[in-house]
Amino acid sequence: MDIVNQLQRQFIDHSTSLHREGIVDDQFTELQKLQDENSPDFVVEVVSLFFEDSEKLLNNMARALEQAQGVDFKQVDASVHQLKGSSSSIGAMRVKNACIAFRSFCEAQNREGCLRCLQKVTHEYSLLKNKLQSLFRLEQQILAAGGSIPVAK
Amino acid sequence: MASNGGVTWRRTEEVHVLAVDDSLVDRKVIERLLRISSCKVTAVDSGLRALQFLGLDEEKSSNGLNVSLSSSSSFSRISVSLPSDSHLRLLFQDLKVDLIITDYCMPEMTGYELLKKVKESSAFREIPVVIMSSENVLARIDRCLEEGAEDFIVKPVKLSDVKRIKDYMTGEGEKERSSKGINKRKQRDSFDDLSSSPPSILSSPSPISSSSSSSPSPPSVQSASAPSSPSPLDSPTRRVKMASSK
Repeated sequence: MDIVNQLQRQFIDHSTSLHREGIVDDQFTELQKLQDENSPDFVVEVVSLFFEDSEKLLNNMARALEQAQGVDFKQVDASVHQLKGSSSSIGAMRVKNACIAFRSFCEAQNREGCLRCLQKVTHEYSLLKNKLQSLFRLEQQILAAGGSIPVAK
Repeated sequence: MASNGGVTWRRTEEVHVLAVDDSLVDRKVIERLLRISSCKVTAVDSGLRALQFLGLDEEKSSNGLNVSLSSSSSFSRISVSLPSDSHLRLLFQDLKVDLIITDYCMPEMTGYELLKKVKESSAFREIPVVIMSSENVLARIDRCLEEGAEDFIVKPVKLSDVKRIKDYMTGEGEKERSSKGINKRKQRDSFDDLSSSPPSILSSPSPISSSSSSSPSPPSVQSASAPSSPSPLDSPTRRVKMASSK
């Protein structure tokens, strides 16, 4: 059972740091509560949808900001608004906050500001993705070793 | 469910919610929140589709009836375009919607516009409509409540939000309400928030098709005496139940 304990401890540490660093917030915990034997992969499923959706939106933003003939800030803002919504729904706090800042530059029609924000959002998104994938990997390892996943209080 | 001469009877405890949201992620979350709260869910991605499901859209298919079935876990999802004949509606009793929960910000048709269409329809105006929005704008909330929205939830939606909504749908005698701290509600008394659950505002409800009392007497706290067993709330909140003005 040593390996299971080790993995569980790693899982708890990883989960704690995700919250402490503000990468995820309480809403992520809410989602974890919705996972049970009837829907054992719920969190992974939602997060996967979020990843797909986000990457599309980030691409949209990048393309819209690249337009030499003039940036359609409404379009950029629409994508940022969507990303803000979905990141809020899964508890991706830093991504959400980066989107909030982004929207004000869209409103100001400030291309440079928008590009900086896009960089920031992309960075936060990549960080989130890496950390969540590590978390899910740990979960799989725990289950494979016959253990159970520690439940967040 | 027993079938009897083509009419299917719905179990009375099973609540059927029509969820409307253009975001795939949000649809997935709201679906799960509702299912885990023992609700049947039909999730659609637009106001137009919601109207189509209800049979309220203007463009009906020429052959009158257009059904496609898809099963998901233990629930069947049925897409149907119905003429307004009530006898045909009876055949699809199983599709009867008990609550509509909709996002506010959607392209083409907002949640507010959907709310209006539902409340304008004689067939469906009794269905409680809950609005969800990521933006906590008082004017928006007020406008929705005035149009007859049952409640307004600020996203992200949590389990406690869904539990609360389900409770007043299953028709307890005394409803509970929590205030969001946005206490500028017209013509209503307000209570301070007593709970830790995310508060929202209960509007003057249209008569719900359940045995709820709509007494205009001053609100007081009573234990819920529901004909059907209510799901336990995480924390008690108080609600003002107003007589329907619609």
